[in-house]
Amino acid sequence: MSLRLRAAIVSIALLAAFLGIWHLATRSTGATANMSPEYARLMGLTATQGKSAMPGPADVGAKLWEHLKRPFYDNGPNDKGLGIQLAYSIARVGTGYLIAVIVAIPLGFLIGMSPLISRAIDPFIQVLKPISPLAWMPLALYTIKDSSISAIFVIFICSVWPMLLNTAFGVASVRKEWINVARTLEVGTLRRAFTVILPAAAPTILTGMRISIGIAWLVIVAAEMLVGGTGIGYFVWNEWNNLSITNVIIAILLIGIVGMLLDQILARVTRMVTFPE
Amino acid sequence: MSTFDDPFDADRELTRSGCICGGHRSADEHDHAERALRCEPVLPAEGEEKRYEAVVASAVMRAVFPSDIARRAFLKSVGAGAAFAALSQFFPLKTATEAFAEAGPPEKKDLKVGFIPITCATPIIMAAPLGFYAKQGLNVDVVKTAGWAVIRDKTINKEYDASHMLAPMPIAISLGLGANAIPFAVPAIENINGQGITLAMKHKDRRDPKDWKGMKLAIPFDYSMHNYLLRYYLAEHGLDPDTDVQLRSVPPPEMVANLRADNIDGFLAPDNVCQRAVYDGVGFLHILSKEIWDGHPCCSFAASKEFITTSPNSFAALTRAIVDATSYASKAENRKQIAEAIAPANYINAPVTVLEQVLTGTYADGLGGVKTDAKRVDFDPFPWQSFAVWMLTQMKRWGQIKGDVDYKAVAEQVYLATDTARVMTEMGLAPPAASYKSFSVMGKSFDPAKPDDYLASFKIRKSS
Repeated sequence: MSLRLRAAIVSIALLAAFLGIWHLATRSTGATANMSPEYARLMGLTATQGKSAMPGPADVGAKLWEHLKRPFYDNGPNDKGLGIQLAYSIARVGTGYLIAVIVAIPLGFLIGMSPLISRAIDPFIQVLKPISPLAWMPLALYTIKDSSISAIFVIFICSVWPMLLNTAFGVASVRKEWINVARTLEVGTLRRAFTVILPAAAPTILTGMRISIGIAWLVIVAAEMLVGGTGIGYFVWNEWNNLSITNVIIAILLIGIVGMLLDQILARVTRMVTFPE
Repeated sequence: MSTFDDPFDADRELTRSGCICGGHRSADEHDHAERALRCEPVLPAEGEEKRYEAVVASAVMRAVFPSDIARRAFLKSVGAGAAFAALSQFFPLKTATEAFAEAGPPEKKDLKVGFIPITCATPIIMAAPLGFYAKQGLNVDVVKTAGWAVIRDKTINKEYDASHMLAPMPIAISLGLGANAIPFAVPAIENINGQGITLAMKHKDRRDPKDWKGMKLAIPFDYSMHNYLLRYYLAEHGLDPDTDVQLRSVPPPEMVANLRADNIDGFLAPDNVCQRAVYDGVGFLHILSKEIWDGHPCCSFAASKEFITTSPNSFAALTRAIVDATSYASKAENRKQIAEAIAPANYINAPVTVLEQVLTGTYADGLGGVKTDAKRVDFDPFPWQSFAVWMLTQMKRWGQIKGDVDYKAVAEQVYLATDTARVMTEMGLAPPAASYKSFSVMGKSFDPAKPDDYLASFKIRKSS
């Protein structure tokens, strides 16, 4: 058996064990204490049947199938299918992230190429970088006065730092020999940036972008839970409101899958620009 | 009968006199109007159109017969049916009624109204699926919002044209407490009563609040009736809410989860949250808020003054829709239908059983008993200015307002009692003649004319 096949078997066994334990742990304990039927009618299953507050794998599976059957339904402004919610979230992340790319990469180049600017800007970056993106939310809501733009702003502010730092680092650590060669050949600054530094720094820049997209996807869920309206984060909040843990688990699963896909796309791109030295 | 006169009744005068407020034909009718204020049916079994029709017909009859004696003589001789038919022939009552009901065309038809998913918002929410907004020619999106601070910011930022807010919030925003001062107004109260104190199951033998020292209790927001009622309740039992217990602002959906996780001991929360804790078997209902103050306001329908001045007709139409929906919601026989209309994920997103228990007032108390209280939650749109004065006294009592406050001026600016009374009259409902009334909270009466004396009478308060 190849290693790959064996790994797959172990993976499946792990999943089966996990589902089995999950199922056993969430079994209902049977009818609890004697209640008058009239009273029991007014109570939930948790109280009457001793059903665990945590849904079992079968509940989640059934619900997931229900969602997958009609991912794009639209029952008004507060109830849309999971496909639509995910599309909203991805669009928000995409916009905020794109703006961050447009700002961070040129700025990173500037910082990387000029030791003066690098030193001058460094203290600001050091202070701004560790701020939790959600801490910006009240400020953004207050000044921007628009909740969806505020969410995009929060994505922007959280994804700009890793890209900025990685770009600056990548640009600053391009091998001196290459730059000197370019200089001897009298290549202009702009041309040098595009034809020598950019390809050389690209792998580092893309690593920064990959870190950023991960952070952006983490933050969008929290931001949407706060601002509400649309998006997968809002879906989580709305279902939490109904204490529907089943739907929350489904959302968690989907958030994980989409996050993985985004990460894989950037990993692919990184591999494309990587070069052997 | 109704608050307006049936112009085709020979035995009635169309001039108004006879009761203490001067607005009703007799003392009996005045009493009836008081009941109607609670939105008990004014014209049972008759719809809004009939109401408008009667208002218009009354005006027409008065114009045709300036002398009331002549009108009565005419009606006696020909009979009401014939008179109505005759009058309709040369005066198109139907058209006039329609024109009257429409008023000015709304400046803005597509509106956004924010709400928090709790049963207090029932009239605001149900007006969408049950068509109360559409009836006023409005196309309203009701948008679910994550919390009170967010709904405040979104309304201030004009993402929402109007919103569901806790009754004290528009006052706080207008005064600039916890936000920049922006003039807001309340054309309608949403619900009265409908809250409750829920405690974790482990406290089922600690029913005396005197034993609650050291408990962690949750409220939905600082500027809420919940905060003031819970503080009032604790203080009346000798506990200082600032030092003897810990009060935490917790968003309603987190309350049940926190109660289950044992992070809090209980909460005074809006309904469906209280009943939800019972439904899931994690808590029991200690008391309903009704037992603290029967008829207390809870949530309000609020809009910025700016919206009111720039789109007065849209605002008037919204107010009519809300008043209409509130009056519909106040009727017990409609409550089941409403529970089903607002339960889906697009609105409150809660099990129908829970909403039904809240709205119909037949509920499980969490301790194995089934209780019935038809007034567990009720709906009454009239924004009593005395409510606002009471809230201001409590804001001062607990240090939210420092220094002096002109109770009356603030109350009258924010709570639009006069305008709402006009809208209600136009709709054929009976508004109260006054906009202040006294009431009692836990047996202690409150006189809106003497707020400072009231405030001074409390022993437990935040020292300033």
